[in-house]
Amino acid sequence: MRGTFRPGVRAGLPFAVAGGLLATSFGVLARDVGMPAWAAVLMSAIVFAGSAQIAALTILGAGGGLGAALGAAALMNSRFLPMGVAFAPSLPGGPLARAAQGQTVVDVSLVVARDGQGGYDRGLLFGSSAIQYLTWVSGTAAGAIAGSLIGDPEALGLDAIYPAFFLALMIGELRGGRAKGVAVAGALIALALVPLTPPGVPVLAASLATLIGLVRRESETP
Amino acid sequence: MSAATTWTLIGGCAAITAVLKGAGPIALGGRTLPPWFSSIVALMAPALFAALVVTQVLADGRELGVGADTAGVALAGVAAWRGASVITVVFVAAVTAAALRALA
Repeated sequence: MRGTFRPGVRAGLPFAVAGGLLATSFGVLARDVGMPAWAAVLMSAIVFAGSAQIAALTILGAGGGLGAALGAAALMNSRFLPMGVAFAPSLPGGPLARAAQGQTVVDVSLVVARDGQGGYDRGLLFGSSAIQYLTWVSGTAAGAIAGSLIGDPEALGLDAIYPAFFLALMIGELRGGRAKGVAVAGALIALALVPLTPPGVPVLAASLATLIGLVRRESETP
Repeated sequence: MSAATTWTLIGGCAAITAVLKGAGPIALGGRTLPPWFSSIVALMAPALFAALVVTQVLADGRELGVGADTAGVALAGVAAWRGASVITVVFVAAVTAAALRALA
């Protein structure tokens, strides 16, 4: 594992740069909502889940209650349930040790931490998440402290960074016909649920598209 | 924002995230899972990333719609499809969205 930590850092670097820009816009948002700079940095340091942090603060900023903000964060992060299941077989040790290692899993880990044998490599996981953690926390600090110099994140197009980042990740995944079908199915499930459910649920439900893998495999068996 | 709200928000988000990330590894860790499991795991990335992209680009709360960010991300998708690096892709998205908003 030690041998793959550095390659993990390298693999995570481009995502860490993009994540740092997103963190900067989170820092600006936190200040706009009335959060002290130190609290924004502390939140990024111990929560380390961009979409949930942004969802919670957006709700508070729009005048919503604390319960609604926490609920939105929980739904936004609900995708880590199926992702945690995906990583589980690759994390050794007792239950607490496994849970602790599971905390390092971020969206990008699904792609950069693969070991090429259907599982995940812990060195790649820890390395790629470590560099992303660094830029997530420092980017938040930059946005929270220098927010007034940065101005409106939307005027700079910073809100387009996160989806573009995931689009780049997704396109890298579309090698086989099955992956393409799953991506289309996942997108359609999510879009269909947007008007019907709170934000976060559509993404969680999209993980059901992976069951296509099950059906096809069974039909291929002679 | 009051100090109590700030601390509850941070503590609550941290606890929720820790539980959601830890649940899978606690329940299923350290055992070998059947072959069908890895075929599902391999498809987790395209399913989740596609859903994250469409919800962020086309949804605002429970409403669907398009904006300058949609155009920026679409152009970024072309760049990604042609093999551009992640840095280039997010740069294209941000610059396009910013330029369209400046013109509007």
